[in-house]
Amino acid sequence: MLLGIAALVSAPAIAQTVAITGGTVALGDGSAPIEGGTVVIENGRIAAAGANVAVPAGATVVDATGKWVTPGLVAGFSRVGLVEVDAVDATNDTQANGSPFSAAIDVEPAINPRASAIAVSRAAGVTRAVVAPVTARSIFAGQGAVIDLGADMQPITRARAFQFVEFGEQGAREAGGSRPAAYTLFRNALREARDLGRDIRGTSRERGLATGEPVQPQELPLEEIPENPLLSSALERPEDVLLTRFDAAALVPVLQGRQLLLVHVERASDILRTLELKREFPNLRLVLVGAAEGWTVADRIAAAGVPVIANALTDLPASFEQLAATQSNIGRMVDAGVEVAIGMLGEDEARQVRLSTQNAGNLVALNDVPGASGLTWGEALAAISSAPAKALGLGSEIGSLQPGRRADVVIWNDDPLELSSGVEAVWIDGVPQPLETRQTLLRDRYLEIDRGALPEAYDH
Amino acid sequence: MKIRLVAGLLAAASLTGACAGGNAEPGTASDAPVESYSRNPYPSTYRPYPSVPTLITNVTIYDGEGGRIDNGSILLADGEVVELGQSIAAPDGATVIDGNGKWVTPGIIDVHSHLGNYPSPGVEAHSDGNEATNPVHPDVWAEHAVWPQDPGFSRALANGGVTSLQILPGSADLFGGRSVTLKNVPARTMQGMKFPGAPYGLKMACGENPKRVYGNRNQMPGSRMGNVALNRATWAKAVEYDRKWDKYEKDGGDPPERNIGMDTLRGVLDGEIDVHNHCYRADEMAVVIDMAKEFGYTVSTFHHAVESYKIADLLRENGICSAMWADWWGFKMEAYDGIEANIPMVHNAGACTIVHSDDANGIQRLNQEAAKALAAGRAVGINIPDEVAWTWLSYNPAKAIGVDEMTGSLKPGKMADVVLWNGDPFSVYTRPERVWIDGALLYDALDPKRRPVSDFELGQPGQGDVK
Repeated sequence: MLLGIAALVSAPAIAQTVAITGGTVALGDGSAPIEGGTVVIENGRIAAAGANVAVPAGATVVDATGKWVTPGLVAGFSRVGLVEVDAVDATNDTQANGSPFSAAIDVEPAINPRASAIAVSRAAGVTRAVVAPVTARSIFAGQGAVIDLGADMQPITRARAFQFVEFGEQGAREAGGSRPAAYTLFRNALREARDLGRDIRGTSRERGLATGEPVQPQELPLEEIPENPLLSSALERPEDVLLTRFDAAALVPVLQGRQLLLVHVERASDILRTLELKREFPNLRLVLVGAAEGWTVADRIAAAGVPVIANALTDLPASFEQLAATQSNIGRMVDAGVEVAIGMLGEDEARQVRLSTQNAGNLVALNDVPGASGLTWGEALAAISSAPAKALGLGSEIGSLQPGRRADVVIWNDDPLELSSGVEAVWIDGVPQPLETRQTLLRDRYLEIDRGALPEAYDH
Repeated sequence: MKIRLVAGLLAAASLTGACAGGNAEPGTASDAPVESYSRNPYPSTYRPYPSVPTLITNVTIYDGEGGRIDNGSILLADGEVVELGQSIAAPDGATVIDGNGKWVTPGIIDVHSHLGNYPSPGVEAHSDGNEATNPVHPDVWAEHAVWPQDPGFSRALANGGVTSLQILPGSADLFGGRSVTLKNVPARTMQGMKFPGAPYGLKMACGENPKRVYGNRNQMPGSRMGNVALNRATWAKAVEYDRKWDKYEKDGGDPPERNIGMDTLRGVLDGEIDVHNHCYRADEMAVVIDMAKEFGYTVSTFHHAVESYKIADLLRENGICSAMWADWWGFKMEAYDGIEANIPMVHNAGACTIVHSDDANGIQRLNQEAAKALAAGRAVGINIPDEVAWTWLSYNPAKAIGVDEMTGSLKPGKMADVVLWNGDPFSVYTRPERVWIDGALLYDALDPKRRPVSDFELGQPGQGDVK
């Protein structure tokens, strides 16, 4: 059995038909795990998953009896691939303190598929990540991406998947010192985008949208990734304004609802103010990030139909904007009908998305504490797989084992949320992935430190 | 072996304010120092909260020193562990808890915390963990800035089962100052939490932090060379200071001039104060070991020792503990070679192994950090039993801090610092159900009245929530 998986992983990196049989299959959609299930991968997509699934003729069969099979995990909020070592500036592309640009900044060209954290996270079952820039001198951080963590040089699942903006305490600081200043900056920026959007020549659909015509808020297929407005040759405006032309142009798709707006807010009042922005800018497609006090206004978030990406274990009043922080936050929001994904904001999100299983497991444990609100096991897995995918508008592409989804699949030696469990095999887009990392190589080099005939440096 | 002067420190408490040289109190251990100045001017006022005799039956017990009892019982009375065994008769009036399916362990001890000194909310006005105005500050004492109202203490208790913790100054300075060890009880004052009889520690720091903080100001140290040069210059002065005071305490005459910082270093040289040295890199730890030998002190523990796995033999031979995270890595160059198997590899080499937090969130899940490390070891054939791994969480940190005679394991006569877990404590699905400190029930998941709410949290959104 183990040999079977190892042989598969060392096979050429091409998509093939694979049937994973006999394992406990968790679809990632919130449902309970299915014992003795089968997952079939064909042409890089999930062909079938569940009980009583037939093994196609000619498929490579992987026996996962006694093991667990899940979708690849999706890091709901991260900086994976943007930084190698935080404290070594030259390796850190999360933030640009000296740049004149803000909203126009696009993380895509910075993503390094060879960053150590990509391999480390992949070896822990994380196959996709939402990657956001960090704000510097504006409330707008710029445009983030959804990436895959495959061992190849094509990491981008969706470039410019969202614009990231800070309200709350950090946004107030970036805007010059107050929350009202942040909202004023935001309002001005979107109006500048509207003015500019009217002048940008694009498709007829874009022209219509620029006039404020409502758009349908559904998911956009990957084939219809919004054209990068920065590539337009018509970035002229009649008079000078606060934003650079590039920044204003970058906000056009946000205004039009063609690009998601991820908003970091923690305090309940900031959450409500953010939801109200839709009255003024009706096409905004909002996702709340953080929302430590979300549980106190969960009904309002649910009624707005806005998804949330929240830290799982925040329970300290670490700042005055999260006085009501509690580990029950996610459970209570889910109970209120909010779509909630687990992310990592401000907790080593460049390297430690591998902790998402531990985070999710802790939310299950909460169910045994009177007065607390946890998640069911199925909800907990969904919070680190399908929920972040849905929040980013990619629910039909990634995040679950439902047929048609990209074949991101993980085999675990036991319950994936348990601390003692390990990853045995990973596929991304149906391609088997290596699980070796700098960390496993260092470990193996130093497992024995008795002096040998040659120094450690020859042990590799 | 490090000299432990708990008895001497306890005796010193009775000498508060006394500064005459040369007179030892009756009953002081013969090897205790003569008190020419107070070693304990801010004495503990901690008193155990009331307790009732408590018998917990039908549980899996990890005793903290590597022992395990299945289907066992444990009796706590008068603040102490009385007895462990398969079957114990309940004394009259005892509370009996049927712990079927549950586990009992010693309370977790965090050897590295900044609760109180970097409390929540983390606003500038609360930032009291680094003096950072000069790289040499053995004169500052963490206890002088511990804010007992930090909500982090209650989270560490209720979610983490943490019963004692060492509060260290930060790592901006080469000599960061003195640590203080606390019992994790709500109190109005630092002294009300202060662990009676615990030795002081001295926080030192290697590597990137001191050279960055001061180098950026164009001030020494700006390099690792500068770090060691300034350390050596300071230790050389301390040796001289120690010599002058030794002579005075032996021969009398005019007392030398007091230097509050040098008092601390003298305490280290005399074996009364433990050195807790922030140090990531293997090669740098080896330099510190040599420096300690040069000046005649010992290092109790290297903290954040992410590269200990590379020199576990050296650490074993020198009797130095490593306090480690399970999986933190890469946030700076000296953390770049962090690996998940560090903790089990250090343990496997026979060196003293500790899981530490350095974090107000991590301190709430140290049992989980140990569980991840266990799994990383087992993945490469290092099969450490669960009950042995618990030594990383209570007994070894107790030894590193110098309180192992009093707590850190479930031995008759020791403090009843105990956690009842609602399942396997190395499972992600397990939570503390009850926590006793000195036999007093201070947290009970099933009793909403046994959940502390600090002054800061009163009247705030979320007050009294389970958290």
